[in-house]
Amino acid sequence: MNTIVVKLIAQRLALGILLLLAVSVLIFAGTQILPGDVAQSILGQSATPEALANLRREMGLNDPAWQRYLSWLGGLLQGDLGTALSNGQDIADSLGGRVANTFFLAFWTAVVAVPLAILLGLVAVRYQNRWPDKVISGSTLTAISLPEFFIGYLLIYLFAVKLGWLPSVSTVYDGMPFIDRMRAIALPGATLTLIILAHMMRMTRAAILNVMQSAYIETAELKGLGGLKIIWRHAFPNSVAPVVNVVMLNLAFLVVGVVVVEVIFVYPGMGQYLIDHVAKRDVPVVQACGLIFAAVYIGLNIVADVVSILSNPRLRHPK
Amino acid sequence: MADNLLDIHNLKIEATVRPPGEKPRDITIVEDINLSLEKGKVLGLIGESGAGKSTIGLSPAGYGRGGVRITGGEVRVNGRDILQSGARGLRQLRGKEVCYVAQSAAAAFNPAHRLMDQVIETTLEHKLATREEAEARAVALFRTLGLPDPEHFGDRYPHQVSGGQLQRAMTAMALCPQPDLIIFDEPTTALDVTTQIDVLAAIKDAIRETGVGALYITHDLAVVAQIADEIMVLRDGAMVEYGETRQIIESPQQPYTQALVSVRSIQHRQQTPAESPLLSARNITAAYATGLPDVLSDVSIGLSEGQTLAVVGESGSGKSTLARVITGLLPPREGDIEFDGRTLSAALKGRSKEDRRQLQMIYQMADVAMNPRHTVATIIGRPLTFYFGLRGEARRKRVLELLDEIEMGPEFYDRYPAELSGGQKQRVCIARALAAEPKLIICDEVTSALDPLVADGILKLLLRLQQTEKVAYLFITHDLATVKAIADSIAVMYQGRVVRYGTKSEVLTPPFDDYTDLLLSSVPQMKVGWLEEAIDSRRMASQGH
Repeated sequence: MNTIVVKLIAQRLALGILLLLAVSVLIFAGTQILPGDVAQSILGQSATPEALANLRREMGLNDPAWQRYLSWLGGLLQGDLGTALSNGQDIADSLGGRVANTFFLAFWTAVVAVPLAILLGLVAVRYQNRWPDKVISGSTLTAISLPEFFIGYLLIYLFAVKLGWLPSVSTVYDGMPFIDRMRAIALPGATLTLIILAHMMRMTRAAILNVMQSAYIETAELKGLGGLKIIWRHAFPNSVAPVVNVVMLNLAFLVVGVVVVEVIFVYPGMGQYLIDHVAKRDVPVVQACGLIFAAVYIGLNIVADVVSILSNPRLRHPK
Repeated sequence: MADNLLDIHNLKIEATVRPPGEKPRDITIVEDINLSLEKGKVLGLIGESGAGKSTIGLSPAGYGRGGVRITGGEVRVNGRDILQSGARGLRQLRGKEVCYVAQSAAAAFNPAHRLMDQVIETTLEHKLATREEAEARAVALFRTLGLPDPEHFGDRYPHQVSGGQLQRAMTAMALCPQPDLIIFDEPTTALDVTTQIDVLAAIKDAIRETGVGALYITHDLAVVAQIADEIMVLRDGAMVEYGETRQIIESPQQPYTQALVSVRSIQHRQQTPAESPLLSARNITAAYATGLPDVLSDVSIGLSEGQTLAVVGESGSGKSTLARVITGLLPPREGDIEFDGRTLSAALKGRSKEDRRQLQMIYQMADVAMNPRHTVATIIGRPLTFYFGLRGEARRKRVLELLDEIEMGPEFYDRYPAELSGGQKQRVCIARALAAEPKLIICDEVTSALDPLVADGILKLLLRLQQTEKVAYLFITHDLATVKAIADSIAVMYQGRVVRYGTKSEVLTPPFDDYTDLLLSSVPQMKVGWLEEAIDSRRMASQGH
């Protein structure tokens, strides 16, 4: 590690934290602008004006906005996400398990999808414009063109209904054995993999093809190296940065964009929880979910930036 | 014949061209080439761009760039026809029997890996040695090639060493698997002249010590004369002349070879500087941004009307920065520029249209200095409209006059840059500069990207135009032969300073300062044995100190 890299990474981290703060302001402001009154929605239409005023005072709704923002933020920093309006439960408690479920699904999907996408990209480059390339490009494009609910129901029909290999409903619960858990997420995981594969694979292919024009690829060819070795050893290390960026965008999608897939497979993740509470106008829950999504997005993009920095030998080993 | 390392018979190479809007078709780019090379000998392949020298040179590796492929004849390496060996056979050949040294080592090394890993990669790939043996071999080669700190040189990444060192590392990479044949493709062309001589000597020593055979591809006859046993002169994909190096250099038979040998025969009588110069830059100090180190320090030069000042130096000497300062693109930190009796504003924004008209520029890369979607008429016509308001028939007449001046006919009027050769493009750029009727033209390496004979034509044109138009040239170049050919005065630059300045005869007459001496003695002479003499005299000089 050298000072330039440390400085660049520290810069990215600081920027990320700043960005997250800005997002929290936006989320807070956005929910304030929305019409309706929290006290009113808790007590209902029949509440007396005195009861409303009491509750408002109790909840601190009469304080200026910046004071309420600061106390919300202070709570967040201590892990207190507030209380859900609809059922009065602590948000952190009920959200915790769901976040873990969403991350579990995202993690195992990524473990399968990312290496697969990169491998397919490498193979597509190796057989550029020949049939393996065309098959890979064609099939991944088809997969991304189909809506995720269609792919989801198709997989359920095939593997759950016809073949009966896997459960159609992805129920998971605490203390579930790992193997059963994996069986439960197999179908939603496969659906998500098919959706994100094409984007990552095409970016890998394009980034490597870009590098394949370089003089050092010719050097490698004239060294007598084989096709895949040239691509893996000489082209891929120089095309990491764009690939990582796309991979991170797709990983972010796995966390923030899984709503439809979670609903199809009745998977108890964060997306479903969010949808439920948006319908109930449960502002604190929406705020908490929004913030978690933002944190995931910003975090993954920081990782992408850091990997790009580390993949550059000029920064890693200055003169 | 079975003993020969390399035998090429009736080689024919074709390429597929795909002109936009037309059907792809095959063209023959090399035909009827026969050559042979014994073990341990060096054959020079020489020719201008498009002569097919790289294409022929790469044929022993069974390799064709782009859509190029070998379609006829035989290429025998160690007695085996490699054209019959298939993809797997070629991989066995490349890097084991035949290795390659590219023109730009900076681009040919992978930026992502340490030098050592790249240098020994082939040796390991072909299982010619264990990693320890290969690394020991590489270190020994680094030492032979005169690289600094050979024990640890391989730990560095390509961007951490200089261009000359990279070129030597590339030679080490080619030598490491102990091949029978190395293809050197213009290995010193991208280097500064003072670096070139060292790399050339290192390559020559390494060839002699290892007894490897070599094909040496270059456009520079003076360079190849130092290193080759035999030379083949090529033109348009065909052989012109093939013989012993001494015979080619000293008694060339073919007119084309004679022209190559006698290139740079321009005679120009030096003019004496006038009392009051047209351009004088005084005490210029400049940096690219505040806080960055100065690129120019205390540079003062003068140039008289209708004369040529050559600014000569290596890459990084600040010569192009000086041009940017004079044109106003980079306002200097200190110093001022006087032009035609008035002080010019430091920044381009403060200069009048008239100031700009009188000071034009021609660039090294003619093809990127022109809009590819404009015709020659538009390119030359624009300054006519912009500065003189010429339109319609008057503008057309003037463009044709200018075309005539640059020795190009009216048939070029409607052509696009892509339809012109390199030399023609540079001529159009000259016409565009002349169209403004300037008093001074800054020529930034205008002949560096051109083949010697074409460059010669451009220099002759520039000199003739100077006679007729009384235009002054500030001629920026790294090429001393060009300087000798056309300059009236010379400024030698080194690390942002003018180290020697005066009329051509003053600057080129001893006693020299150290740097000018080094520069002058590094220019390859068209003579067999020059390299040894130059290296010897350098060794003697350093012992004398």
